[in-house]
Amino acid sequence: MVFLEFEKPLEVLYEKLEKIKQVGADGEIDVTDMVVNLEKRIAKRQKEIFTNLTPWQRVQLSRHPDRPYTLFYINHICKKFTELHGDRKFKDDKAMVGGIGSIDGQTVVIIGQQKGTDTKMRQFRNFGMANPEGYRKALRLMKLAERFGFPVITLIDTPGAFPGIEAEERGQAEAIARNLFEMAQLKVPILSYVIGEGASGGAIGIGLGDRVFMLENTWYSVISPENCSTILWRNWDHKIDAADALKLTANDMFKTGIVDGIVKEPMGGAHTKPEEMCKMLKRHIKKQLNELMEIPTEQLIEQRIDKYANIGVYEQLETKEL
Amino acid sequence: MGWFKRLKEGIQTATKNKKEAPDGLWYHCKECKEAVTMKELRTNFFKCPKCDIHVRIGSHDYFDLLFDGKFEIHFDEILSADPLEFKDVKTYPDRLIAAKKKTSLSDAICVATGKIKKKPIVIAAMDFSFIGGSMGSVVGERISRAIDLAIETRTPFMIISKSGGARMMEASYSLMQMAKTSVKLSQLAKAGIPYFSFLTDPTTGGVTASFAMLGDLNFAEPNALIAFAGPRVVKETIKKDLPEGFQRSEFLLEHGFLDFIVDRSDLKDKLGELLVLFDESGVKQASIAP
Ligand SMILES: [Zn+2]
Repeated sequence: MVFLEFEKPLEVLYEKLEKIKQVGADGEIDVTDMVVNLEKRIAKRQKEIFTNLTPWQRVQLSRHPDRPYTLFYINHICKKFTELHGDRKFKDDKAMVGGIGSIDGQTVVIIGQQKGTDTKMRQFRNFGMANPEGYRKALRLMKLAERFGFPVITLIDTPGAFPGIEAEERGQAEAIARNLFEMAQLKVPILSYVIGEGASGGAIGIGLGDRVFMLENTWYSVISPENCSTILWRNWDHKIDAADALKLTANDMFKTGIVDGIVKEPMGGAHTKPEEMCKMLKRHIKKQLNELMEIPTEQLIEQRIDKYANIGVYEQLETKEL
Repeated sequence: MGWFKRLKEGIQTATKNKKEAPDGLWYHCKECKEAVTMKELRTNFFKCPKCDIHVRIGSHDYFDLLFDGKFEIHFDEILSADPLEFKDVKTYPDRLIAAKKKTSLSDAICVATGKIKKKPIVIAAMDFSFIGGSMGSVVGERISRAIDLAIETRTPFMIISKSGGARMMEASYSLMQMAKTSVKLSQLAKAGIPYFSFLTDPTTGGVTASFAMLGDLNFAEPNALIAFAGPRVVKETIKKDLPEGFQRSEFLLEHGFLDFIVDRSDLKDKLGELLVLFDESGVKQASIAP
């Protein structure tokens, strides 16, 4: 287990717990009471730490190295999942995964950015930063879903679309724009979840859902706090201020009405009980899909367009001419 | 969800009083370092008479260049709010006041209707001088209403893009304008109205990754920077020097993302031709998108 700075008080307790369990396993002393006590202390401490997380701490949690990633969710939520590769134009992007599977009898197409779990895999997955072919693969799978009437689920977890030379050559901007344009009129329900990092155009490139939800310890904004600090404060030191200012947490995003709700995580974060997190997400998906699948296609598209066309806060003068 | 506040008659910046440099003033070209008078520059379509570089100009300059005389401004009653009470080294309202004072504009985009070579058109033109031409709620809403107007009146639509990307001070609202403008353009496409995307220097970030790349035709001025990630970001990522001409109009044309490049002095004639072509075969009998 990896402990973030603010999780450190828990590390000591977990270490103690391990030691006591070891003693118990040796069979000399009955440690049952001690274990129960310590587990209570851990739960209590965890609750203290996790009830008042700052936006920056949530950003850190969204990037926790033990946090479950897209394929972990897919494999725990879907049966008979088959990963589908390639954009049919250029290549297969390893930072964007997708495929077809079944959630308790309902065939779905699931798509999401994929991060790696160790150094080698992180590179293989390009740190979850997709190239244009990733967005084009995502669109191909959405069109496949549309042809057969399968709902689309997208899981968002990216520090951004990849800003490389080849990505620019192959039209990163066009690929993302095309997805937004096509998703607007897609004839099947689109259900989106931010499961980790939701950074900018790279996130919304698969995020134009009929309904969009955020897991409790995730962030979604136009820029990362670090880059925001660099641009507006002109140095990296203000990432915590930037995290506050951007209003990027699930709570803030729900308050603005831009996301439709928050999916609770287990106490201590998704990484402490990943299987339980999958169960919670699966329940949520099933409920949402049941509702969305009831809506006639025309109405679904109309509502989707209205949803996005209405986002924005501005002032309007009563009379034009003064 | 009507997320705007209705204001009583308020103080509105004089958007129509565009600042124009006097004819006698000198313009020092950033490219060739030569000096020319503002008058020379203006009569040469704001291209440097010495090196032909296209100087960055504002929405009203384009309107003057393109429309047959009169044009009408729309939606300038929609103004930026401060939904997130954003503060970095300055507050967002302070930045807005400063930008309005500096530019005499009301935000980073201006919508106008008029005629080009006797053909009606709705144009939304961005202003880089207003907080880097950044896209916030007002840019999104003005584009959205311009599209509604184009659909209602069955008039071709053009956006002149010139933007550094997102308005960070509106954070997630700014990001969502990418979705907003794209869903509106999907409605325009469904209605069979042509959309011309004209990209000028610079067009980057969320603007490129939404409406600027979604034209039925995408075309650009010569040598304009057109990018998703700006050159500085790309350079930092790959830690190598960037190839000559990278992310310029000619590079995008070569890689298949532009239909053509048009010199500013030919722009009006070109648009006039296109409007005739689309008028005859496009607008009236356009099929509904699949
Ligand atoms: Zn010059």
